[in-house]
Amino acid sequence: MTQTTTAPSVSAVAASPAMPSTLRLGLSQAAAENRTFFRRRDAMIFTFSFPIILLVIFGSIFSSTVEGTGLTVSQLYVAGLIGSATMTGFQNLGIGIALNRDDGTLKRLAGTPLPPAAYFMGKALNTLLVSFVQVVILLVIGVALFDLDLPSAASDWLTFTWVFVLGVLGSSLLGIAVSSLPRSGSSASAVIAMPFVVLQFISGVFIPARELPEWLSQIAAIFPLKWMCQGFRAVFLGEDGATLEPTNSYELGRVALILGAWVIGGLVLCLTTFRWKSRNDG
Amino acid sequence: MTTAVKVRGLTKRYGDVQAVGGIDLDIDAGEVFAILGPNGAGKSTTVEILEGYRRRDAGEVSVLGTDPGRPTREWRSRVGIVLQSTGDAGEMTVRETVRHFAGYYPRAQDPDEVIERVGLAEKAGRRVGELSGGQRRRVDVALGVIGSPELLFLDEPTTGFDPEARRRFWELIQGLAHEGTTIVLTTHYLDEVEALADRVAVIARGRIVAEGEPSTLGGRATAQATVRWAGGSVETGTPTRTVMELTRRFDGEIPELTVTRPSLEDVYLGLIGS
Repeated sequence: MTQTTTAPSVSAVAASPAMPSTLRLGLSQAAAENRTFFRRRDAMIFTFSFPIILLVIFGSIFSSTVEGTGLTVSQLYVAGLIGSATMTGFQNLGIGIALNRDDGTLKRLAGTPLPPAAYFMGKALNTLLVSFVQVVILLVIGVALFDLDLPSAASDWLTFTWVFVLGVLGSSLLGIAVSSLPRSGSSASAVIAMPFVVLQFISGVFIPARELPEWLSQIAAIFPLKWMCQGFRAVFLGEDGATLEPTNSYELGRVALILGAWVIGGLVLCLTTFRWKSRNDG
Repeated sequence: MTTAVKVRGLTKRYGDVQAVGGIDLDIDAGEVFAILGPNGAGKSTTVEILEGYRRRDAGEVSVLGTDPGRPTREWRSRVGIVLQSTGDAGEMTVRETVRHFAGYYPRAQDPDEVIERVGLAEKAGRRVGELSGGQRRRVDVALGVIGSPELLFLDEPTTGFDPEARRRFWELIQGLAHEGTTIVLTTHYLDEVEALADRVAVIARGRIVAEGEPSTLGGRATAQATVRWAGGSVETGTPTRTVMELTRRFDGEIPELTVTRPSLEDVYLGLIGS
């Protein structure tokens, strides 16, 4: 384990023991976050059932095949909704942290020696777990009800893993960063949910990317969701679906580059703009 | 005697409002120091600057030898803060919460002992969200002291308590003070100050208007006493003589006799200009 170094104390505290490492604290935060999440039954049930309900609705409405590919429209939705599930951290953290900032939870943490990085790590790991469970449920339903074929090649699962991990981390960090935008906890869900819904519509979750006007695609290309969906389509639609992409290719290299950039950019944004206190508290 | 908190010429302004207009303060290690003042007088701003939550405009501030404007993790681990309230849902149990916070500190106390000391041993397995307001306050205190702080800030700790819960809470604080923890207490309750504080400062309009022991604050001990009895009253610097004269006049028991000096509340209200 890495130990964070502490400056030699100028105080009279004799042989002061080392501060707990940021890594250990991050894991401990994650354990506490997970515990809290799974005990908040109502929120947990809705978090997990939301993408399932969307998948069942969309999969049932659009059961036709996509011309010239042999793919069904419901398969497209499975891939899109997995992208959306991977980004739920953006919404959950954006709203959740804004509420915690208002109710004084963050202020209390700020008064302890907990480093902000450990707090972020706990949130991100919790999101990783929640998104993972969502994705597994979506895959099970996709296979059982909507003719989804799970890829058999190890390389596809490798792609799935890095798209998923980079996607969750990037959107979690982005969620932590945007949690500072709402003026109060009570306005948070309106401020954060709107851009998330818009992103879903322009990033190929509900509407295939090639049916969008050029300028909307260009806006979507700035944000990670479009690239996450593209990565998941590469995994679950395979070569048959590549012709549906505007560029006739899944551009996995670009996906990796842009998602990686969002992780780094998101972390920088968090570390530089994160506020423990609400705006009306100085 | 070492100094835990030293403040010289502290000022803080919000826009046009001078919240803190030049405060000097010395708090000794091991002392229970109360800060009194009406809302908006600069009391909370001053304390939040000491806690490392807020930046100051000017002045020198040293808390446990460190400038709280640049808080380090090491310094944070030596300072405990019990804030006014947190409204989180509290899905973790008391024991889980206290254990979790213990992990933040290099010199944490035993979580079960701390839970015992704040009187929550029987509730240790309950979720924090299921506790009463007073019990949640005890969790707040447990989280404030779990890291063995040398200095503890208590912000209006007993607001909303019933009288019995307040008494028990005072005993808890007295116990901490007895073990040598320096305590900085802000409160609106003057009986709380009399029960707990070694010294008190009154802040009004961004300045300290009086400072001293609760029993002598604002010349309280030497102020004129009021002697009242059925049929009369007199303000006097020599109440004993007045009572002796009255004893002779009534030939024994003086009906409805009281001798009072200004209460801390009278002195306080006078100081803040009400």
